[in-house]
Amino acid sequence: MIRFVITRLALLLLGLLVASALIFATLRILPGDVAQVIAGTDSTPEQVEAIRSSMGFDQPLLTQYIDWISGIVTGDLGHSMLTGASVTSQLVEKAQVTFPLTVMSLAIALIIAVPLGILSALKRRTFTGSAMSMVSQAIAAVPVVWAGMLLVVVFAVGLGWFPPQGFPRDGWDEPARALYALILPALTIGVVEGAVLLRFIRSAALEALGQDYVRTAAAKGLTRTRALITHGMPNVALTVVSVLALQIAGLLVGAVIIEQLFTLPGIGRMLVTDVGNRDLEKVQGDVLVLTGLVLVLGTVVDIVARLIDPRQREAAA
Amino acid sequence: MTTTVPIVRQRGWARTFIRNPAGVFGLVTTVALVSCALLSIVWTPYDPVHTDVLSKWHPPSSAHLLGTDNIGRDIFSVLLAGSRVTLQVAVGSALVAAVVGVVFAALGSLTARWFREIIAVLIDILIAFPTLLIAMMLASALGGSIMVVIVAVGISFGVNVGRVSRPEIRRVSRSEFVTAGIAAGLGPVRNLTRHTLPNVAPVFIVQLSWCMAVAVLAETGLSYLGYGAPVSTPSWGRVLAELQSYIGIHPLSVVWPGLAITITVLGFNLLGDGLRDATDPRLGRPEVITA
Repeated sequence: MIRFVITRLALLLLGLLVASALIFATLRILPGDVAQVIAGTDSTPEQVEAIRSSMGFDQPLLTQYIDWISGIVTGDLGHSMLTGASVTSQLVEKAQVTFPLTVMSLAIALIIAVPLGILSALKRRTFTGSAMSMVSQAIAAVPVVWAGMLLVVVFAVGLGWFPPQGFPRDGWDEPARALYALILPALTIGVVEGAVLLRFIRSAALEALGQDYVRTAAAKGLTRTRALITHGMPNVALTVVSVLALQIAGLLVGAVIIEQLFTLPGIGRMLVTDVGNRDLEKVQGDVLVLTGLVLVLGTVVDIVARLIDPRQREAAA
Repeated sequence: MTTTVPIVRQRGWARTFIRNPAGVFGLVTTVALVSCALLSIVWTPYDPVHTDVLSKWHPPSSAHLLGTDNIGRDIFSVLLAGSRVTLQVAVGSALVAAVVGVVFAALGSLTARWFREIIAVLIDILIAFPTLLIAMMLASALGGSIMVVIVAVGISFGVNVGRVSRPEIRRVSRSEFVTAGIAAGLGPVRNLTRHTLPNVAPVFIVQLSWCMAVAVLAETGLSYLGYGAPVSTPSWGRVLAELQSYIGIHPLSVVWPGLAITITVLGFNLLGDGLRDATDPRLGRPEVITA
């Protein structure tokens, strides 16, 4: 087990290194002269050259990359090319919106997907079961931005229960108001991602229902529902855990779009602005942190799956 | 000697497919999308880029099937023309994904063992890059365009295809006819193109129809954020972005583009599901289905 954790952590480190190199290479090798963008269209070549050397762009690429990486090790992701603001502190500030939004979305997705996924597996041959399966298939095909618009139309414009967009200026100083502003965005991501998750849970529950031990439990007098819940749940839980890492990638992407739709000052909205400004050093930091998060959570999920699955545990021993 | 089950091309997969209503729905939507795109080249009820402030916000009627938008464009015509962008992105992404997938598959099966291990680790790392982030990175260097969407979806889904097809390719390359090919003197590349790839083609085709679904969602998201289709091009994602400010007053107008996107995505997904069930029921849905 310990050997497995160490291997996994080494792979994670390698993954982060490769990811950072890929991001750096993509942003620096592709054409598109940042110095020119900063200097503006009516600048002289000398001005552009001055900006380029002040940014360190005249250094060899490898030197620039090593500079960036050695900064990251100390927690410094570089600075915005336009405002000079520290990328790290900006990410920390914006995470105060994105992090709660993602956690709330995930909670909503789980609340929807786990019970309904199991129910639709139990009722698979009935009308309810097929209807649930079809509805989840359809919702999983809905673009998250459109889902957001429809929810705004119904719950904000129509019923007036929630604000249609925005986040309180004082942030979390008034926790109730901040939380309130995040409900509709989280619901949007949660419903769409929940529909995707539901399908995984449904097939895991179906597989568990076919297992001998669940059938035996049912034969010994338990109802099928009880047999599945008491004996089949560990298998379903394992599926949930192992698709969670990929779900989190989906949640983060959803957050980028939904923060734009609801004008929430989070990491996603900042990334959209940075891309628009062609603020390469900032985009580089934003993307590395988001991708790194997916890699880290993937590793955590792998280790947790190994811990809760006795078969895998024994295989490792 | 290890006994491997010979891969017999399943007879009557088309018949199995036709009996599956979900798969047929997928096929019908795909044909409908292609027809709309072709039709819009020669005919749309109104000019999709013609603005006429005097006729803005017409409700749906016989003259304007789905009404008009904030600048007086006929929404039906805009959506019809937008289907071209959707089809371009879907087909383009699938082609790029196919190339990337074949490259990874070839590298993962033809090369030395240590190199295969490196490729496997690399695939696991690349999978962690969400499609949207790849697209936004490309957009920040090159500016947004339909091409950026195609390349981003193609790369990220191609990696996925490479991973999903890896066990299949390994299974096929251990089978007797591939061994026979080697014995008959075929080189590794020819053996791959002649014997291995045709036998894993079902996996590829199924994956690529799911890829098209992801591509449509990615186009929507990126065009909404302003990094997909350019301003002058009618696209479903752009229409959503443009009508967003009016959802309070004219909620019906955003229903149509969203519905078009959802049906198309659902169609590609069900087409893939149907093809999978008809050709090889053991294959699972891809793990990356978010755009």
